[in-house]
Amino acid sequence: MKKIILNFLTLGLVAGALAGARAEDINIEKPIDILGQTKPIPVSLDGFSGEAAEVLKFDLYVQGFSFVAPDAAQYQISGSSAGDVTGRVTDKFAKRVILSRSYNGASVRRQAHAFADDIVQTILNKPGIGQTKIAFKAQAPTGNGEIYVADFDGHNAVAVTSDNAIVAKPAWVPGKLALYYTSYARGNPDIFYHSLSSGQRRVIAGYSGLNTSAAVSPDGSKVAMILSKSGSPNVWVCNADGSNLKRLTTGLEDSSPCWSPDGQWICFATKIAERRRLAKVSASGGPIKTFNTSGAPNPTEPDWSPDGKWIAFTRQAGDFEICVMPADGSLAPSVLVAGQNPSWAPNSRTLVFNHRTPGYRQVLSVLDVFTKQYKDCQRANGSDSQPAWAK
Amino acid sequence: MKMNKLVFPLVLALAALMATTGCKKGFTKVTPLPGPRAMVGGETGGETLPSAGTIGGETPSTGTGVATPTGGGATANLDEFEGMVKDPAALAAYTVHFKFDSAVVQDNEQANIASVAQALTSDTNAKLLIEGNCDERGTEEYNRSLGERRALALREALAKLNISPDRIRTISYGKDKPADPGHDEAAWAKNRRGDFVLLHPKAGV
Repeated sequence: MKKIILNFLTLGLVAGALAGARAEDINIEKPIDILGQTKPIPVSLDGFSGEAAEVLKFDLYVQGFSFVAPDAAQYQISGSSAGDVTGRVTDKFAKRVILSRSYNGASVRRQAHAFADDIVQTILNKPGIGQTKIAFKAQAPTGNGEIYVADFDGHNAVAVTSDNAIVAKPAWVPGKLALYYTSYARGNPDIFYHSLSSGQRRVIAGYSGLNTSAAVSPDGSKVAMILSKSGSPNVWVCNADGSNLKRLTTGLEDSSPCWSPDGQWICFATKIAERRRLAKVSASGGPIKTFNTSGAPNPTEPDWSPDGKWIAFTRQAGDFEICVMPADGSLAPSVLVAGQNPSWAPNSRTLVFNHRTPGYRQVLSVLDVFTKQYKDCQRANGSDSQPAWAK
Repeated sequence: MKMNKLVFPLVLALAALMATTGCKKGFTKVTPLPGPRAMVGGETGGETLPSAGTIGGETPSTGTGVATPTGGGATANLDEFEGMVKDPAALAAYTVHFKFDSAVVQDNEQANIASVAQALTSDTNAKLLIEGNCDERGTEEYNRSLGERRALALREALAKLNISPDRIRTISYGKDKPADPGHDEAAWAKNRRGDFVLLHPKAGV
């Protein structure tokens, strides 16, 4: 099965490459679908009810599965959620049971997430995202808000601040229950480090002007951020505790730094000759290199996938749209869905992002990049944005 | 599939039986799940996420009680403004507006900037807070940087009129504090702005 999936991806890339060459020849500035049309894996779901059924459907849908009648399914998922969750998966082609498991402890929700993870691991041979966490900003109409932490589907949301101030851009410390985020609680946008296990927090960047957009290096030892203390908003880097501060860029106006998974590069949004561009700079400093994002005007908010292959970002052509491009810049970006603030899941195929409701509020949503399937998360309070997926 | 449905409960029953009789070859493996703790790997002692209340006590808006940075520590610039009294009304008439996606101070805003400079020249104890704001067209962090650049551009414009940048603090609200909550060009034009807030020394100092 892994091989089939890989083939799907390879086909998509090859098709994209061919389309890219053709587009260049006839000079069409149109985004190319680099991901191909990866079809969802058809499964059937029987025997689950209520919350367990809801969780299984959500988790599998945003990891590239679709739901069909048992006869049309490649995998038949059956079981029960009366009491504890019990389930199994039958491979209809191989005509055998490939997963049979029951769960106890925690909640039915959690049991269903665990079963979804086992299904994904068994079929895709990759860890599932069912038991992962996100952090995000929930904003009231006044503009003030709090930082929240929740399950990746928005359930079990807990406010981790009580600032009643403008807050922004939470970022997880990899592998730890700890966040960096921006809060105006002291009357200035400052970057806080906040341990969620002890509840202790402290300012790691509270300089004159703007201190925002903290992004933690994959090994947790460094933080990239935007400071304006030298006269323009630029990318700076420091140690996890705020020490050893170093300026990395000197452009007019930078925003939203993120790290490559090898810790070598920092990708960010910048402005060159009054045009918004994406660029990268070595984490130890040096010249900046711009990305070619033709077909995706006004790119901002880059996020580098944990496997290093992709950069997701937001383009703005009127409304905001989520785009993905290969991190090596080999192909033009692919436009996925309306939305902004993309953040990769640990699986490097699912994104959490936010999009506008007709009432001008923001709602979080989870997107499977390869199939473009997405579902809205459970709401917290007010307008939810700037999600960050714990990795 | 019908067959499967019939067989399934039997498999479970058999598995349960085997589990209770100590047979190690149960068909259905059981995954016990821990309670809600250490959900993303967990630090040492990592337990449940704290409630908002736990943290609330540590976050007074004045900044006292929030630990200062261990490194860098360059909050000195801000400390000079600590405790000054905000007077948003004094210079409210001189708000400067910007073109879409631009931090360039327009020529027709020079009169406003001259008025602000005049206020600071005549009151040498006063300082200034410049608040940069954006319309909603632009992503959140992009606008936070754009708003800061607008505030910094106004600080530069005042410097040209001999107002020392040391007397000026900038803050960007991005698109988080619109002057007009509407979603049309009229609202956006009002929201692309730099507001001037006069800062007076604390009474008795």
